[in-house]
Amino acid sequence: MEFGLSEDQKLLQESIGRTLEKASPLTRVRQAAETHEPFAADIWQALVELGVAGMLVAEEHGGMGMGLLDTALAAEMLGRHVAPVPFVATAVMAPIAIAGGGSKTQQAVWLPKLASGETIAGVAVSERAAGAREGAGVTASGGKLSGTALFALDGMGADIFIVADKAGGLHLVNGDAKGLTRIALTSIDLTRPLCELRFDEVGAEPLSSGDTGMTLRRMIDAGRVMLAADTLGAGSAMIEKAVAYAGERKQFGRVIGSFQAVKHMCAEMAAELEPCRALVWYAAHAFDTMPGEASLMAAHAKAHTSEVGRFVARTATEVHGGMGFTDLVGLHYWFKRIGLNRQLLGGPERVRHEAAVLQGWAAAD
Amino acid sequence: MDLAYGPQYEAFRAEIRAFIAAHGEKAPRRFGVSRPSEETLAWQRLLIEHGYAARTVPKEYGGYGAEPDILQSRIIAEEFTTAGLPMGIANQGISMLVPTLLELGTEEQKKKWIAPTLRGEVVWCQGYSEPGSGSDLASLQTKAVEDGDDFVINGQKIWTSTAHAADMIFCLVRTEPDKPKHEGISYLIFSMKTPGIEVRPLKTMTGHAEFNEVFFTDVRVPKKDIVAGRGQGWFVANATLKHERGMLGDPNQAGTRLKEIVDLMHKETIDGMRLIDHPVYRDRLVELQGRVLAMQFHGLRLLTAAAKGEDPGIARLIVKLQGCEINHRLAALAIDALGEIGVLYEDSPHLRAGGAWQHRYMFDLGLIIGGGTAQIQKNIISERGLGMPREPKPAKA
Repeated sequence: MEFGLSEDQKLLQESIGRTLEKASPLTRVRQAAETHEPFAADIWQALVELGVAGMLVAEEHGGMGMGLLDTALAAEMLGRHVAPVPFVATAVMAPIAIAGGGSKTQQAVWLPKLASGETIAGVAVSERAAGAREGAGVTASGGKLSGTALFALDGMGADIFIVADKAGGLHLVNGDAKGLTRIALTSIDLTRPLCELRFDEVGAEPLSSGDTGMTLRRMIDAGRVMLAADTLGAGSAMIEKAVAYAGERKQFGRVIGSFQAVKHMCAEMAAELEPCRALVWYAAHAFDTMPGEASLMAAHAKAHTSEVGRFVARTATEVHGGMGFTDLVGLHYWFKRIGLNRQLLGGPERVRHEAAVLQGWAAAD
Repeated sequence: MDLAYGPQYEAFRAEIRAFIAAHGEKAPRRFGVSRPSEETLAWQRLLIEHGYAARTVPKEYGGYGAEPDILQSRIIAEEFTTAGLPMGIANQGISMLVPTLLELGTEEQKKKWIAPTLRGEVVWCQGYSEPGSGSDLASLQTKAVEDGDDFVINGQKIWTSTAHAADMIFCLVRTEPDKPKHEGISYLIFSMKTPGIEVRPLKTMTGHAEFNEVFFTDVRVPKKDIVAGRGQGWFVANATLKHERGMLGDPNQAGTRLKEIVDLMHKETIDGMRLIDHPVYRDRLVELQGRVLAMQFHGLRLLTAAAKGEDPGIARLIVKLQGCEINHRLAALAIDALGEIGVLYEDSPHLRAGGAWQHRYMFDLGLIIGGGTAQIQKNIISERGLGMPREPKPAKA
């Protein structure tokens, strides 16, 4: 019985953290956000050199053949450094889609390109994971896609897209395919631009090998665990920043961190966030080794970490007082990162409903 | 990450299951807060004999004498919980005094007290808090003045659970009034039958007297009945308090209560609709389930750290605060889901689960306050866990 990280996993996480510390300082994050870069290519390149793009890709396809727990550790670091790079779609959900639903040929073509970072994949499954807004939804007919997909992840810099249709089928689409229009959606979080995809009779390759329903389920579960891990990392960084600020800022002749009102805010944040770490680890480990529990645990990790993330984001900002509200200290990048994570691939209420359905406590919709 | 225990531990688990199959029906139905029944004492002896209670206490002091192995302890707890059986007696003598004596007691004290305490024959109470010394425990004022071979004790203790049924007390008293507050305290152990001790029940908001007040008037205690030396009491008490905080906020208890609520919500109906089918209550249930799971996995993380001899740091410091809070919220959900039935109490008609949820809702609030209030826990988390500065001492008048 060992519930914790291996030495290799600790080293991996540290090396990603060190790389991001150098490559993704706040000044660089700010630049990427303010100029609406699709993603920060230099930071992405530094991560690709560590193998981050191919963590989940099997070794035979040029990847590292790791598990979701490893990618969760990477996601935590990306959240901690509010890194303006693609990850959840291109390094996690797309490899799962292609490994699960792709033919041998599709796997041989695309997985090495994803692993090397040469190709970036966007994923458009919001209608299946978070529910379809009015007018959204993609229909597949005769190998062509039509309709609208909202909130595609890692989409602005993507070379290809994995798209779920209304019936739950999965498709691979070239980013420059004829009839495909990509529209940027500006969210609060400028570190990970979202986009809307409009399909007008767009040619697509089906990803129809194996159990497509299961492949889509696995993509969503994995994506949710990654977003939870991202929030965990961003929340940890916010607590550290709040504690550091409270240790410097003086009012009434003493550092504000010596006031119990402020200390207790920090203690509450830490007490709420620390158990999320074990929940994220467990959910990722369940995804890797306990398929029967994977969806339920992914739902819990996503919902609970989102709730705690909201509390931490708000409280850490309050600890910073007026400075937390300014653009100057940039704390809002973390606040917004957590805010976006909460809604992507299903907000807490929706995801908890799924958890109830999975346990037979509610009827499936 | 490996959640399997491995063949050697699974063999150990099989032994426990065999024990439970053979002896489970001898388990007492209820453990009260007063003296253990004959049935309970027999169960306790059986558990010690098989190593399921007092497992790591050396044989010479009446324990089972196994090497400490936190995974084995966990497996024992898992199997007994799964079978719905009580573990051994969990009173303050066993959980707090025994570890303290093992660590700091004289050979004579260990020989005399540990074995009968483990067997449940000697019941202890804890004399720490005073009316004027709660969170600031080190300000305690109960005096013990040297007189010949004795200390003479005068003062008052409060929140003394089991005092009405206890044979003995482990008690913090001020022996060196001129020293700084932390250095003037001694830890004495003495009989509750000593002349000059008066126990008055302390009725709480639950309607029951789960605690007592204890008054000392010229109580004579031999000077040899001190643990560690004069002025060492604060250090001794801290060695003990860490055992108490480990007991409070146990995530497995929360897991058991969550299951009870799931059952309740499947059975109870309102307007002909099961509570589980009511989306608002169901959402609260699932939200709490997420919290309970997080704390259970957090417990696994702490267990792994303990097995490796690592200090998990802040991860350990949050357990009492979070664990007690979750239990209180679970009780609140059960009450809300039951609505008007949820506020029934005592022996009312239509009462559910013997009124346990209301009792827990109130009693668990007591646990949020007791054993170091939530606010003291937050001080500890922020100061020791996050390295934040202590509150500056007020200037001396």
